[in-house]
Amino acid sequence: MKIRVDPDKCQGHARCYGLAPELFEVDDYGLSTVVGDGSVPPELEDRARLAIANCPEFAIDEV
Amino acid sequence: MRTTAPVSEWGSDFDVLDPQYIADPFGIWDQLRTTCPIAHTERRGSTWLPTRYEDVTAIAHDIEHFSSLEVAVIPFEGEEPEEPVLPYGLPPISADPPLHTWTRRLLLPWFSHNRVETYEPMTRGLCSGLIDGFISDGRADAASDYAQQIPVRVIAHILGVSPDLADTFTGWVRDVLEFADDQDRRVNGVQGLLQYFIAEVAKRRAQPGDDLLSELLQTDVDGAPIEDSLVLGAAALVLIAGVDTTWSAIGSSLWHLATHPDDRKRMAEDPDVMALAVEELLRAYSPVTMARIVTSDVEYAGCHMKAGDKILMNFPAANRDPEVFEDADEVILDRAHNRHVAFGSGIHRCAGSNLARMELRIALEEWLHRIPEFRLADGEEVTWAGGQVRGPRLLPVVFP
Repeated sequence: MKIRVDPDKCQGHARCYGLAPELFEVDDYGLSTVVGDGSVPPELEDRARLAIANCPEFAIDEV
Repeated sequence: MRTTAPVSEWGSDFDVLDPQYIADPFGIWDQLRTTCPIAHTERRGSTWLPTRYEDVTAIAHDIEHFSSLEVAVIPFEGEEPEEPVLPYGLPPISADPPLHTWTRRLLLPWFSHNRVETYEPMTRGLCSGLIDGFISDGRADAASDYAQQIPVRVIAHILGVSPDLADTFTGWVRDVLEFADDQDRRVNGVQGLLQYFIAEVAKRRAQPGDDLLSELLQTDVDGAPIEDSLVLGAAALVLIAGVDTTWSAIGSSLWHLATHPDDRKRMAEDPDVMALAVEELLRAYSPVTMARIVTSDVEYAGCHMKAGDKILMNFPAANRDPEVFEDADEVILDRAHNRHVAFGSGIHRCAGSNLARMELRIALEEWLHRIPEFRLADGEEVTWAGGQVRGPRLLPVVFP
């Protein structure tokens, strides 16, 4: 599984970081980016799906 | 006491200050969503009230047609001064791009995830100290003795102003938001805040500290210092937006736990549910409604909106929309799919959302740790405020 954050959609709600801090980073302005190349270890796939399903801006996708 | 003319029909004559709407708006929204999803009223000027998630978020993203130049739910009906102290209002909340963009970037780092973590120990100590003050009484007002006392002191810490003035700040913020339909109180609150911050700005020019206000005064934008009116507006915004809102969320959450023993028990016994539960309580009891102004005549979802009309950004109703949330009127503490918009949607996402979340979580953790069992006091009234911000004002509870 691999995920990405659309920087044009992200508004800094930080819901993804709250749910899966292993998979996302947020900068001082709230913008979220995936850790590394967005590859999700199998044991964190549920967390990645949770992050996707909780983003109020629909900014996270599975690629 | 406030008196409002009875509402004849919610779709065409709604009133957000109607006592029924303030006490229990949920049934009204359910009815509107199926019969008239964007309600209208002529009370306090032509105003629209969307109730569906899809409409509220679409309008929030359409900054071309829906401006933030006027975000107050209750319009000011007093006389506007010829030379206002705050010609730009309270940026970035009351601004559109480009002013919105750069003023927001000045504030955001103060409320980043990492920065907010540094405020956590003082918040925890503050909550614990408040509980020390009433735990041996076996009763407390969870709103006025607890919830109301927390965010104002955290915000005072961030702004670098005296926490001893907490009650004064709270009074001004209530004048501006909760009593916005009383023009005298509103003017009193705005003047109090402005005069206070004008004096604080002068102090910090002479002797800068390491607080938000000092930093704004020392920041250059495009080679020039920020105008005083923008610094004053931003400082007033941090106080106004950071106090009543979060205190209302803490109060509503404690009201829920006082009236839902199963949820109270689960949250007290299972710390792992806290992260999702905080989001669910924010969804179900979203405190904040903002406004937008229509920039030019536009038809949206069959509604003919005129330039100057007001739109109430009904984030609380969006969060109860059954099209988006299964069993939307049920609080499900570990709800897994929860794209709630309690902090708004689009470019005006609440700049203090990380802070508000932290305060809500710590306030609930400390309360449940010390007072795991509590319920509403018999025969005493719970009262609610509403309009721009909904939350309990009196919340008498008892505990063993």
